[in-house]
Amino acid sequence: MDWITTVDHKKIAVLYLWAGGLFFGIGGFEALLIRWQLIKPMNNFLDAQTFNELITMHGTTMIFLGVMPIIFALMNAVIPLQIGARDVAFPFLNALGFWTFLFGGLLLNLSWVMGGAPDAGWTAYTPLSSTTYSTTHGVDFYTIGLQIAGLGTLIGGINFLATIITMRAPGMSFMRMPMFAWTTFITSAIILFAFPAITVGLVLLTFDRILGANFFVVGGGGSPVLWQHIFWIFGHPEVYILILPAFGIISEVIPTFSRKRLFGYSSMVFATILIAFLGFMVWAHHMFTTGLGPVANALFSVSTMLIAVPTGIKIFNWLFTMWGGQVRFPTANLFAVGFIPTFTMGGVTGVMLASAPADFQFHDTYFVVAHFHYVIVGGLVLGLFAGLHYWWPKMFGRMLSERLGKWTFWTFILGFHLTFFLQHFLGLMGMQRRVFTYLPNQQFDLLNLVSTIGAGLMGVGMIIFLVNIYLTSRRPADAAADPWEDGRTLEWTIPSPPPEYNFKQTPLVRGIDAFWKEKTAGHKAMTPAEPVGSIHMPSATILPFLMSVGIFIAGLGFMFSRDEFRSPLTGFLFNNYVVTAIGLLITFGSMLARSLFDDQGWHIEPEELEGR
Amino acid sequence: MTTAQAEAADGTLPHEPEKATLEGRNKVLAFWLFLGGEAVLFGTLFATFLALRNQTNEGPTADELFHLPLVAAATFILLLSSLTSVFAIQAMHGNRPAVLRLWLIVTVVLGLGFLGLEIYEFSVYVRHEAFGMTTSAFSSAFYTLVGFHGAHVAFGVVWILILIGQLSYKGLTVVTAPKIYVSAMYWHFIDVVWVFIFTVVYLLGKVG
Repeated sequence: MDWITTVDHKKIAVLYLWAGGLFFGIGGFEALLIRWQLIKPMNNFLDAQTFNELITMHGTTMIFLGVMPIIFALMNAVIPLQIGARDVAFPFLNALGFWTFLFGGLLLNLSWVMGGAPDAGWTAYTPLSSTTYSTTHGVDFYTIGLQIAGLGTLIGGINFLATIITMRAPGMSFMRMPMFAWTTFITSAIILFAFPAITVGLVLLTFDRILGANFFVVGGGGSPVLWQHIFWIFGHPEVYILILPAFGIISEVIPTFSRKRLFGYSSMVFATILIAFLGFMVWAHHMFTTGLGPVANALFSVSTMLIAVPTGIKIFNWLFTMWGGQVRFPTANLFAVGFIPTFTMGGVTGVMLASAPADFQFHDTYFVVAHFHYVIVGGLVLGLFAGLHYWWPKMFGRMLSERLGKWTFWTFILGFHLTFFLQHFLGLMGMQRRVFTYLPNQQFDLLNLVSTIGAGLMGVGMIIFLVNIYLTSRRPADAAADPWEDGRTLEWTIPSPPPEYNFKQTPLVRGIDAFWKEKTAGHKAMTPAEPVGSIHMPSATILPFLMSVGIFIAGLGFMFSRDEFRSPLTGFLFNNYVVTAIGLLITFGSMLARSLFDDQGWHIEPEELEGR
Repeated sequence: MTTAQAEAADGTLPHEPEKATLEGRNKVLAFWLFLGGEAVLFGTLFATFLALRNQTNEGPTADELFHLPLVAAATFILLLSSLTSVFAIQAMHGNRPAVLRLWLIVTVVLGLGFLGLEIYEFSVYVRHEAFGMTTSAFSSAFYTLVGFHGAHVAFGVVWILILIGQLSYKGLTVVTAPKIYVSAMYWHFIDVVWVFIFTVVYLLGKVG
């Protein structure tokens, strides 16, 4: 109950972590099934329909329900601490964002047991996703589930923007902000401007499927290419929503374990902003083969290649940070350093794909699959691993085992390269993506076998990580406030795990890497910016949970509104939008309750603070 | 206790009550951000409409359909309601809750008038012109864009009504002021979107 009503950003971070981890596990299991099917030619382990459902759900689950929530977990756990705030700007909305994400994800995954998962690919290209070709409710689960989950992401993005703009500790100017806070800020800005586009896209597709609209139906005057534009004007920035936080994590971990300042801090900041800006300019590079014409292709080609410049700046800054530093390699830093070459390789194949003529060859082959897994797994997932190992003691007060951590790293990264490095060659040799099997003796056999073994090895790495978490959770919570001893930012100045109010006194920031600066000046702690006083806290509330339940019910009701039911009662309830209305009533009722009864919150008094 | 809270306690209000507390400032800032997202939302809907506005699938065209005097009346009513919501905020800044409530009520009434005209317009199209959601890509885009705007107006009307209720039993305080201010921002945003709809959908449909 405590967890359902919480509005504390640190607890919400834990919720995001477990929910995201659960979906990540589901997505990973789906990946293993896909690889098992492709282990040998003409395999009949899965049929084509199931395979289509698996690739769709693997992509969708991993992007929207796996890695995004884990990013949000780290942001929630760390950002208020890094900027010296007692909470986020809107604790209530923070909880609401989590619950809408969770119920959206649950709705999407219900499709497995309610008549068929979505099967049109994670991009849901029309007309494949129209009712003509996708006859089950699968794509409806996709559109409505993602709509609900996307609401949570948008709420989270606005919340972080407001938090970072208004709630930084005194003295922390923007150019003194830690890099992870910067990338969170920019990521949130991208979320704010990218997610509404997919919101509209999903609405249009829902209307096409449920209300019989004609947006993407050629026979009614609609345009399937329109879907691609809308999808990718969101979808390409989404790539940077995913990777920028990883950049931020790497920029925290590497300086800490190199005992040096991040090289080129201000160039890192501007590179981040530039990447975000360019990220919006390049969406049509996903559409070179749709026939946009040579002028459009050339423009999007060039703008895509431009992104390599700020990204290169970042890569070199990390290398220069390590250069001459006293580098240590605990698991967190292993992952961070492993990130650099792996992500660089993903970037290089990105430039290859950005060349429109070459893309006509690479299009829809395993080369593309290899490229984006190098970026997303080799970039983001390695970054998340680095971040989780780095901040685990801060979140839970317990150090993860270094021994198991190193096992995790080596099995995972070896398995990763084994799986995806070979897929570059499979692609160049002509193996198509998204097909559920292939013919023997096309020289695909051995490479696919090895690729599947690699995927298994990644699975083993994940299991070792889970074992590590389990064993760690049984040990006493005795991590020091600054367990790595070289902590540079404000989160390491307070106990692990932090008290409910984070900072007894808001700290005064006197430079970049505020804590490091105090340490080098010979101080043990931050100078407080205010006297000890009573701290105002928001009250716990069940309303965010109820609102999300309401949206969930309304979504289900709307999805089945045109179905025929055997029982007349169910038929009546769904066909007349009664279920939808009940759901919306719960949601709007909760909103009304929120609006009518003001949350006065409660106070933690100074005596209580000293009592600890 | 901050100065703002102290002033609120003895019945006076600070100069800009919506920005007197950190919560209020956060709310106003976050709402600006939210409106940025809303701009993208409507931008995408406009782009969709522009891409599909001539795809009539042998159904009615914009030129046959639209009746400008009706739309002009709706436009006038909605723009007027933006003005009345400015009066409401001025009354709030002058700490005159009764006047504030009056202008909010006028705004709501004008909003309802606009909605009434829109519902009438849609019903004419559906009943007499056989122009429904499924008729053509143009019809789908039209109803989605204009309907989304209409839904925003309806949401705004309900929202402001709730705020009027709050005003009656909580009074004008540093807690209610940001809510009223933010709802006025929302209302202006809806108006701006309508100006674009009037131009891009109706005027361009008639003469473009």
